[in-house]
Amino acid sequence: MIALDDTDRAIVRALSADMTTSAGALGRQLGLSQPACWRRIKRLREAGVFRAARLDVDAAALGFGVTVFLGVKLAAKGQVSLEDFERAVTAIPEVQTVEHVLGAYDYRLRVVARDISDFERVLRRRVLTLPGVGNIDANVLLSEERRPGPL
Amino acid sequence: MLDDTDRRILRYYQSDPESASADLAERAGVTTSTLARRLERLRDKGILRGVRGVIHWPALGYEVAVSLRVTLDKTQARAFDEFLDAARDVPEVLEIQTFLGQVDVRLSVIARDMGHYQQLYRERLLTLPHIADIEALMHVAQLKTQESLPL
Repeated sequence: MIALDDTDRAIVRALSADMTTSAGALGRQLGLSQPACWRRIKRLREAGVFRAARLDVDAAALGFGVTVFLGVKLAAKGQVSLEDFERAVTAIPEVQTVEHVLGAYDYRLRVVARDISDFERVLRRRVLTLPGVGNIDANVLLSEERRPGPL
Repeated sequence: MLDDTDRRILRYYQSDPESASADLAERAGVTTSTLARRLERLRDKGILRGVRGVIHWPALGYEVAVSLRVTLDKTQARAFDEFLDAARDVPEVLEIQTFLGQVDVRLSVIARDMGHYQQLYRERLLTLPHIADIEALMHVAQLKTQESLPL
């Protein structure tokens, strides 16, 4: 774990909003020289503070109007290979995220589709045919908000 | 409307949002000036919103991640608005999603450790207004996180 001061926190906040911000521009906002800001960014990156850069696009404008969260329970635990299920589910292009969870479900999937009938196609042909799938619970996303988090 | 070139550019861009524009142009099979023009147009249309940095919270000392699936008491007319307003005041809430389905709202929550989570859950989350039912899924592993679209 890496310790952050207020300046580091401001840098993390700024880069989480726009990863393409240059060290020079960010330094000017925060009253740091370009090299000083660059060194801080390098330290944060090397400590693994950023998992990845994500392209933020308007999915609906690109024709993907439906997002559904699926809770998946595996049918017979012990008899199905988690690796087989995980390999197959992460390979589905419409499945955007896969999380292994503990609780009422084993996996949580975020699935994107063009419309409800396209979602039905993905569900029937790709998800329900996965090895070991048991119970599935679906919730259609209406709105989504991402918060900055405790920085 | 988007053509195949736009889609190809976005496909490569989302797979590596931090790639240099010369590399991106080469992979998408366009010149750098075409690439710049196309990206500019996608930004102007609001389709391309930016490149976000995804924070890896464990590196900042937040080891616990939980999905809270909440059903609200819909006999209260302002249940959604009041719940969402109150949830926004909890800094450890990273995502707020509303759904059509069994679950009304999902909160993505992080905590430093189980003791911190227990405290948050009792003092900040269970006290949110209009909760009829609440269910927690503890995150074990994130297997796919890019949120790419099948362009």
